Amino acid sequence: MSVVPDLARRRGRRPRRPGADGPRALVVGVALGVVATLLVVVSVATGEFSIPLRDVVDALLGGGDRSTSYIVETLRLPRAVCALLVGAALGTAGGIFQRVTRNPLGSPDVVGLTSGAAAGAVAQIVFVDGGDTAAIALAALVGGAGTAVVVWLLALRGSDLVAGARLVLIGVGLSFVLIALTEWMLTRTTLQTAAQANVWITGSLNARGWENAVPVAIALAVLLPGAVLLERRLRVLELGEQVAVGLGLGVRRAQGLLLLVAVGLASVAVSTTGPVLFVALAAPQIARRIAGTSVPTPVLSALTGAVLLLGADVLSQRVFGAERIPVGVVTGALGGTYLLWLLVSERRAGRV
Amino acid sequence: MRRPTVSVRGTPARATGLLLAALLLLVAVVLSVSVGSRSIPIADVWSLVVHRDDSEASLIVHEVRLPRTVLGLLVGAGLGLAGALLQALTRNPLADPGLLGVTYGAAAAVVVAVALLGPVAPALQVWFAILGAGAATAVVYVVAGGSRATPVRLALAGIAMTFALYAVVRGATILDRSALERYRFWQVGSLSGQDPDRVLQMAPFLAVGIVLALLLARPLNALALGDEAGRALGLRAGATRTTTIVAATLLAGAATAAAGPLAFVGLVVPHVARILAGPDHRWSLPYALVLAPALLLLADVVGRVVASPQELRVSIVISLIGGPVFILLVRRRGVPRL
Repeated sequence: MSVVPDLARRRGRRPRRPGADGPRALVVGVALGVVATLLVVVSVATGEFSIPLRDVVDALLGGGDRSTSYIVETLRLPRAVCALLVGAALGTAGGIFQRVTRNPLGSPDVVGLTSGAAAGAVAQIVFVDGGDTAAIALAALVGGAGTAVVVWLLALRGSDLVAGARLVLIGVGLSFVLIALTEWMLTRTTLQTAAQANVWITGSLNARGWENAVPVAIALAVLLPGAVLLERRLRVLELGEQVAVGLGLGVRRAQGLLLLVAVGLASVAVSTTGPVLFVALAAPQIARRIAGTSVPTPVLSALTGAVLLLGADVLSQRVFGAERIPVGVVTGALGGTYLLWLLVSERRAGRV
Repeated sequence: MRRPTVSVRGTPARATGLLLAALLLLVAVVLSVSVGSRSIPIADVWSLVVHRDDSEASLIVHEVRLPRTVLGLLVGAGLGLAGALLQALTRNPLADPGLLGVTYGAAAAVVVAVALLGPVAPALQVWFAILGAGAATAVVYVVAGGSRATPVRLALAGIAMTFALYAVVRGATILDRSALERYRFWQVGSLSGQDPDRVLQMAPFLAVGIVLALLLARPLNALALGDEAGRALGLRAGATRTTTIVAATLLAGAATAAAGPLAFVGLVVPHVARILAGPDHRWSLPYALVLAPALLLLADVVGRVVASPQELRVSIVISLIGGPVFILLVRRRGVPRL
């Protein structure tokens, strides 16, 4: 299994305090916050009906006429907030998965979470009831988190730290089984039901309201601080198992807690929107590169994920027209090209 | 970091294992010709293959079963070897034949060609697919730093390219119906219903790829020690990486162009090969070369039997059976170091 890219660069350095990644990280964090705010404004003020900024502010403060406040508070704002929260949760979770498994391609997929959530949701849609959105979300949550737990248990061996490679490979093996089951379920049903299930599998922010945003908000409120608190242990863990044990870290427990935080964030996020492609994978890598930190930190990964998902949603709605292109496709286009560009400019700057 | 111990067997044991795998492949080939909605007695398979006549059985064997079997052999070999090469190159257990953008490079080229030029003849389609796969990989290679590319940068550039191209494919299929029509059938990934001519078209690419891959075994062993230690052993790291990428692109591009994306084979079989044969590429590459088509053909045969008279898709069968077996192997035997 590969070693973290810049282990050589970091070797010999003491693990730094969380948040001590220098002024550039702070500037980038503030800038990402500003971009996220701007995106919310654009997302709420534009669309089929443009709303002047003053009316938006009025509506948010409880004033304004009824139709404006309906559009702002019931249609557009919850959707934008959902995008921000889900993006943040996926970005944070992706960063943790990548660092714990020491694999830059790490994402919730590596513990089978996405395919487990898809299998759960599709089972609910096909065999029970496709109309009950709350039940679909619950089925996805149970499927995703349950799969992750099963993968973790299967990867345990003796009292060792679970090696990244073993976790990843067992996750991949179980993912394939679940994907095949999902495909099989899709062939067992009517075309209409299959089409509905397919929309869920692609991931979508359409028609998401406050009731969808609340669970993600709670998960983030609890688990993002958890991720920040665990940052120090994660940095020690990244020095290698033996060093970490030597420094007195309970490695197995630290690893378990970190994965618990990541699985919690990712499974709630995925149950809200369906698996939106690429955010969990790209956000931490982009965050690390623009902030110039040695590893993706939780807060920056969260901010980058939020900007990426909301930006993709705004773009897909405004440029391609409502509901035509799934947001997961636009995150792929945006995140993919941006990551390529970052890699090229990094090479030009000689920081290969 | 402590690693699970992986027993490295001696040459006789590994040779015996390879022989058994080859026998398994032979069984798979015979079954693939024999089993189906009209079954052909195993005893007759050989004579029917060698002597072509006007009987119904001969027609089925030569028009349907043989092309399908040969396609399975070639596609399996291509994907298995390509996955093994890319896992060795990027030292990443998540690497699959599509990692450097091959799969979606091929898909994007076909879809965009159909969207812009209208219907494309199937014969041309394969060429578009191979060109697209090659172009995508070339860009990934340059972006990742050319001959100085590190494993991590290659993997990241490849995955970024894959998602950008995925967006192109999805966008084009949403905006253009005829492109969707082509893509819909191709993206399923199947050995059945493919044009027999495709087998002939892709064979040269695969032949070159297989020879290159087997020649790379020794340099890849040196590369696994790291660039500096490798150099001491006379390794030219840059040239090895470039050749590996060319070989993997030929293998995966041709296989994907012919049969569509088949996910499981190229990702999992190389791991199985390493678990059985150990980390030495002189053994693990031939293991992957033999095991991958054997598994693909056996899954194809099972798919014809279990859902008879219909067929269950090979990708579903191989994942449902292969997934649990793979998990068991990883748990029992541990993961050899990449």
